[in-house]
Amino acid sequence: MTDPAATTGTPSQVLQALRIVGQLSAAVIAALLCGAVLIAVAGADPVVGYLALFNGAFGSLNSVVEVLVKAIPLLLAGLGLALAFRAGFWNIGAEGQIFMGALAAVWVGLNAHGWPAYVALPAVILAGFVGGALWGVIPGILRAKLGASEIITTIMFNYIAFYVVNYFVTGPLVEADQFLAQTDPIAKSAELPRILRPTRLHAGIFVAVAAAGVLYWLMLRSTVGFRARVVGANEEAARYAGMSVGWTWVVVSGVSGGLAGLAGMVEVAGVHQLLLEDISGGLGFTAIVVALLGWLHPVGVVIAAILFAALDVGADSMQRVIGVPVTLVYIIQALVVLFVLARSALEHGTFERFLRRFRSA
Amino acid sequence: MDFLLSDVFWIGLMAAAVRLATPILLASLGEMLAERAGVLNIGVEGMMLIGALGGFLGSQGTGSPWVGVLAGMVAGLLLALLFAYLTITLAADQIVAGIMVNLLAIGVTGFGHRVIFGMTTVIPSAPPLVDWRIPLLADIPVLGPVLFQQNPLVYLGFVLVVACWFMLFRTTWGLKIRAVGEHPLAADSLGVSVHRVRYAAVLACGGMAGIGGSFLSLGQLNMFVEEMSAGRGFIALAVVIFARWHPVGVLGVSILFGAAEALQFRLQAQAAEEIPFQFLAILPYLLTVVALVSIVRRSVQPAALTHPYIKERH
Repeated sequence: MTDPAATTGTPSQVLQALRIVGQLSAAVIAALLCGAVLIAVAGADPVVGYLALFNGAFGSLNSVVEVLVKAIPLLLAGLGLALAFRAGFWNIGAEGQIFMGALAAVWVGLNAHGWPAYVALPAVILAGFVGGALWGVIPGILRAKLGASEIITTIMFNYIAFYVVNYFVTGPLVEADQFLAQTDPIAKSAELPRILRPTRLHAGIFVAVAAAGVLYWLMLRSTVGFRARVVGANEEAARYAGMSVGWTWVVVSGVSGGLAGLAGMVEVAGVHQLLLEDISGGLGFTAIVVALLGWLHPVGVVIAAILFAALDVGADSMQRVIGVPVTLVYIIQALVVLFVLARSALEHGTFERFLRRFRSA
Repeated sequence: MDFLLSDVFWIGLMAAAVRLATPILLASLGEMLAERAGVLNIGVEGMMLIGALGGFLGSQGTGSPWVGVLAGMVAGLLLALLFAYLTITLAADQIVAGIMVNLLAIGVTGFGHRVIFGMTTVIPSAPPLVDWRIPLLADIPVLGPVLFQQNPLVYLGFVLVVACWFMLFRTTWGLKIRAVGEHPLAADSLGVSVHRVRYAAVLACGGMAGIGGSFLSLGQLNMFVEEMSAGRGFIALAVVIFARWHPVGVLGVSILFGAAEALQFRLQAQAAEEIPFQFLAILPYLLTVVALVSIVRRSVQPAALTHPYIKERH
C-alpha cells in the first residue's frame, strides 16, 4: 500500500498538503470556467466579470480586509463543522447555531451598558459560544440518546432558529424606532474593536485565529479529537474499544455549535453592532463547503475559508460591474464540491478515504 | 377564537391539509423508493426546488401548465441523474453529494430566474393548474370538498401511493428494489444489477420530487420564489422515517404535515393578534423533530442505506 497516511513522516504530510491544495485549485479553476459559460449565457463578458471579481476581492487594501472580515465567521463555523464531520456527525445546522449565537451575544451586548470592556467583551464572546453550543448540542443529545438523524434535526433547527430570531428582532428586542427588523446597537464596550481604521477589520480576527489554534490542538493532539476520528471512522470499533460514542457526539455537537455561535457573535459585535433579521445570510451553509473542501483539517479550513470569502466578496463587485446575480457563487461553490467529489471518487474514493483517514489517522 | 367552532373552518382546514400535503407526499414517495434501494437522497430538497423553477418556466413558456409539470419532472430527473452518477457509479459519499445537489439547485434556480426575468418589480406569473371537480363524488358532504375538488396533482399523489405500494410489494421490480436496499451482494449474486435498480429508484425520486416542486409554483403560489421549497424536501426525509418506509404510511404522515402547514396558515390569518406568526411558522419544523424523536428507536431502515455498492470489492 502506498497510502501516504501510512507513513507519518513530515515529507509525506507536506506532499499530501500540496496535493490537497493542487486538487482544490484545479476544482476551483474548473468551476470558474463553468461559471464563465454561465456569465456568457447571461449576456455578459466573463473576462470583465472575473476581473471585477478578482479586483473586488484583492484589488485594494479595503477589499482584502473585506475578504478577511467575511472569512472570520466562515472560519469559525467551518472549524466546528470539520470537528463534527470527523466524528461522523453531520451537523447541517451551523446556520441556525449562528443565529442563536448572535441572539445570545446581542442580548448580553444590549444589557452591557456601563460595563467596562474587559467585562463586557468576554461576556459577549462567551454568550455567543454558549448560545450556539446549546442550540447545537440538542441534536447531539437526540442522536446519542434516541438515534434521531442529526441531518434532519439540525436542518429543522435552522428554520426554527430563523423564526426565533425573527420573533425577537420584530418583538421583544426590536429597535426603539420600531422601523426595521433589527435591535438597537449594543453597548460600545461590548463591541469587538476595529483594529485597522477606516476599514472594517475588527478584533474578531483574533478570536478566529485563536479558535483555529485551539481546534488544531483539539482535532490533532487531544483525546477528544482522537475519539472523534475513531467514532467517525468506525462506530462499532469505537464502542468495542470502550469509547462512549454518544458522549463523543454530544461533545462535538456542542463544540461545533459553539464555534458557529461565535461566528454569529462576530457578526453582531464586530460587523453590525446589532442583530439583524438575516444576520447570517447563508454563512452556515457556505461553512459546510468550507469544512469539506478544507479536508476537515484546520489548516485546510483556513485556506478554504479565505478562498470562499474572496469568492463571496468578489461576486458582489462582479454583480455591480456586469449585473450578473450573486447567486452564481452558489453554483460555483457547488461545482467545486462536485469536481472534488467526482475526481477523488474516480481515484477510487480518495475523498472518502481522506474523510476516513482524517477521522482515524 | 370562535372560528374553531365552525364547520367551514374545519372542512377548509382538511382540504388545505390534503392540498399542502401533496408536494411533501410526492417527494416522500420518491425518497422512499430511493432509500428502499439503499440510497439516502438528501438532495431531494434541491430536486424539488429545481422542479419548481422547471415547472414554472415550462408553463410560462408554452402556456400549458401540463407542459410545466413535465418540465418540472425533467428538471428533477436531470439533477437526480447527476446525483445518481456521483453516488452510484462513482460511489461518492451520499451525504456530501446531496449537500452539493442542494447548493447547486439554490444557485441554478436563483441565477436562472434572475437572468431570465431580470430584477423586475413585476412578479412574472404562469398559467396555473386548475382544480378538477370529480363529478358526483365532489358533492358528498365533507369528503367532497376535502378529497374531490382538488388539484389534479393531488389525485396523482393518491394514484402514486397505490402504484408504489403495488410495485414495491407485488411485483418483481419491488422485490429487486428491496433486495438491493437490504443486501446488495445477495441481489447481485442472483443476477440483479444493483446499479441499474438504484439508478431507476433515484431517477424516480428525482422525477417525483420535480413534480412535487412544480406543484409549488403551479398549484399553490402560481409564481416562482427563490428557495420556495423551504425545507419540504428535508421534511420528506423525516416523513419517510416516520412512515417506516411504507407508501401508505407516507400518505398518512404527509397529510399530518400538510395539516400542520394548513393550521399554521389559518391561525396566522385568524389569530394574528393572539399568537406571533413566528411561533406558528415553526410548527411543521417542530413537528418534524418531534416525529423523528418519537419514532426512531422503533424504526428499522434498509440495511444497506448510504452504503455504495462497488462490485470489485466483493
